[in-house]
Amino acid sequence: MGKKISLILDGFVKNNPTFVLVLGMCPTLATTTSAMNGLSMGLATLFVLVLSNIAISAIAPMVPDKVHIPVYIVVIATFVTVLQLLMQAFVPSVYATLGLFIPLIVVNCIVLGRAEAFAGKNSVGASALDGIGVGLGFTASLVVIGLVREILGSGSAFGWKLFPGDGVLAFVMAPGAFLVLGYLMALFNKYLKK
Amino acid sequence: MVLCLTAVCLLCGAVLGLVYAATYDAIEAASLKALQASIGQVLPEGGALSEANHVEVGGQDYEYYLSTGDGKTLAYAVKSTVSGFGGPLTLMVGVLPDGTVYNTSVLSHTETPGLGAKCTTDAAFVGQWKNFPATKSLKLKKDGGDVDAITASTITSRAYTLAVANAVAVVKNLEGESVAVDAASGASAY
Repeated sequence: MGKKISLILDGFVKNNPTFVLVLGMCPTLATTTSAMNGLSMGLATLFVLVLSNIAISAIAPMVPDKVHIPVYIVVIATFVTVLQLLMQAFVPSVYATLGLFIPLIVVNCIVLGRAEAFAGKNSVGASALDGIGVGLGFTASLVVIGLVREILGSGSAFGWKLFPGDGVLAFVMAPGAFLVLGYLMALFNKYLKK
Repeated sequence: MVLCLTAVCLLCGAVLGLVYAATYDAIEAASLKALQASIGQVLPEGGALSEANHVEVGGQDYEYYLSTGDGKTLAYAVKSTVSGFGGPLTLMVGVLPDGTVYNTSVLSHTETPGLGAKCTTDAAFVGQWKNFPATKSLKLKKDGGDVDAITASTITSRAYTLAVANAVAVVKNLEGESVAVDAASGASAY
């Protein structure tokens, strides 16, 4: 039991994809313009990560070493396309905001990284937990970055106006993303990572 | 090795085919609903809506819908696409036969969130398109026209204005006047 919990917690702190592994920077910087966008992107990645981890850990023993990367990519791409179709069908408004970044989950280093480093060598159950942990860690990081950028850049949080006016526009743009990410990474590594 | 890759690809292909077939209707319904909602928003109430029509103006194909009542055309809804700041900006523009803009609605855009993306939410910017008279000039104030731009989003505002101007030009052509359409991107003129 303790091991299971630590598998999930590892994804949050020790293996935090954004602040420690520094993987998946493209969606991190691009989709965190608001807390809500960060949350949707995080959950989309979580979905793909858990399913691909499960599928890959199940088929890994049968896959010859020479073709394991192509096989992993095909599996991941399948789940991403499934997710894309489902989002288009049932949450078109979320799809409209994230549309461009959903296909990019295929080449998100986090998903392939976990497939390669964890799912390929561990049991289905442990891989599912690892997927949940890392996925939630990624989601939490994106929400925090999105929240900071939204508060500083638009003066609101999750769409609710906190103070009048527009805030500092730079934080909504790319330079603000780098600044916020850098400061949060520094704080995270100073206080949380032991 | 080859066998394994083939098997995985076959399986994935089958899964994709199934999901595609299962979601096809829902996706069609969702996009149709979005289109109808935007048409309903930009046209005056009442009047029977036509099927999608196509017209070519200035070398560009425009999709438009007619609203008719008592044997007369009440209004046109024209789908108009231009290049915005971050990619294509597609509007549904409701235009009365005399060239008055009845209302506008954004179908899809890829403008910067918090800046150009305000073209869908900024009350002052969105509000000015409601009954925009044909006598006013469809250019930004900074370009010598009558349209208020969104703060810090001149390029998006210019593209939006161009999309509306093109839609009005399309309607004027449909009404029998010959007006040139400027298909240039809003981003090209600083």
